[in-house]
Amino acid sequence: MHQFQVQSIWDGFEIGGHQIAFTNSALFMVLTAVALWVFMLGGMKRELVPGRWQAAVEGFTGFIASMVDANIGPKGKTFVPYVFSLFMFILIANLLGMMPFGVIGVHPFTVTSHITVTGILAIISFGIVLLVGFAKHGFHFFSLFVPHGTPFVMIPLIFLIELFSFMIRPFSLALRLFVAMTAGHILMKVLAGFVINGANAGLGFAALVSVPSFALMIGITVLELLVCAIQAYVFALLTSLYLNDAINLH
Amino acid sequence: MPQLDQIASTYGSQIFWLLVTFGLIFITVGLGMVPKIGATVEARDKRIADDLAAAQAARENATSTEEAYRARTEENRAEALKVTQAAKDKSARDAEKKLAKADAALAEKTAAAEAQLRSAKDAALAEVEAVAVEAAQDMVAKLSGAKVTAAKAQKAVKAALANG
Repeated sequence: MHQFQVQSIWDGFEIGGHQIAFTNSALFMVLTAVALWVFMLGGMKRELVPGRWQAAVEGFTGFIASMVDANIGPKGKTFVPYVFSLFMFILIANLLGMMPFGVIGVHPFTVTSHITVTGILAIISFGIVLLVGFAKHGFHFFSLFVPHGTPFVMIPLIFLIELFSFMIRPFSLALRLFVAMTAGHILMKVLAGFVINGANAGLGFAALVSVPSFALMIGITVLELLVCAIQAYVFALLTSLYLNDAINLH
Repeated sequence: MPQLDQIASTYGSQIFWLLVTFGLIFITVGLGMVPKIGATVEARDKRIADDLAAAQAARENATSTEEAYRARTEENRAEALKVTQAAKDKSARDAEKKLAKADAALAEKTAAAEAQLRSAKDAALAEVEAVAVEAAQDMVAKLSGAKVTAAKAQKAVKAALANG
């Protein structure tokens, strides 16, 4: 559990009675931002025939742009910058948390394994959906909760159910990412504990426990890298789907 | 779980730094860089589409030029064929005419030569008769001493020549 501990690096300052310390969590957020910025700089050469780096950057932007276009349509172009920032921030934060910084004696920290962070990201996405929905359709936005062809007597019940499923979205969005990252890291931690404790307990335990655990750990690590990408994709995909609801209603 | 145990003491700084870093990312990367990269890709796609269209137009142009060239070649060939046919016909007609003329001239010459030949032959034959009559008279005179009149000898010679 130590890996999830927020530790203060610099005591920082106070805003409205809250102590704003610069923590290892903040450090990894800054690292994420810097890594993303450096990665994107490689795509800013804007050559007609792209090099490898530029092609990689264009691959990412093209991926998000086509996803937004497929889910929202031409009106979704405005939201590509936001969805792209969201996707890349989560992806790089996830991947930085998986980096073996322990080799040089630094504890990696997974920003997205904190419900505070994923919760804020989900609230931002949900807030944008609400803002866009009410700005575009006004109170007509509530027709989102009454699907076409609903029998008249069923409208109050359906409205409640739809409203509930709508209001649950930020929670599921935040919890999914938080739980996936936390569970993955705990699983790796447990397996790594098996490897080390088995090796310490003698040769028999090492052969019986450590070696299979280590083999499993390699697979789980690769799977975890996949989960890093998938969770970032799911977050961005669901955000664009919710935006589609807000922009096009049904 | 530190995420929940520490939440009361850390949420302020977490939220602050998240808003700062994510806001910076959104402004510099999202709003600053992504549209430019998208514009680059779009410009490239447009350029490729334009180049393809130009290539297609050039190809169509080349096809139509080739067709025109082929049609003209075909036309020229037909024309040439017509001209040579006409020339051939004319020369054939000319040759026929010349041949006919030459034939006529030859026939005339042949007729003249034949007439000459015939008269010469007749003359020769008449001479041969005269000589034969004389010779017959001489031979009869020498052999028998009898004198044969020219008329008698001539009769005999004529009979002999007719048989001979």
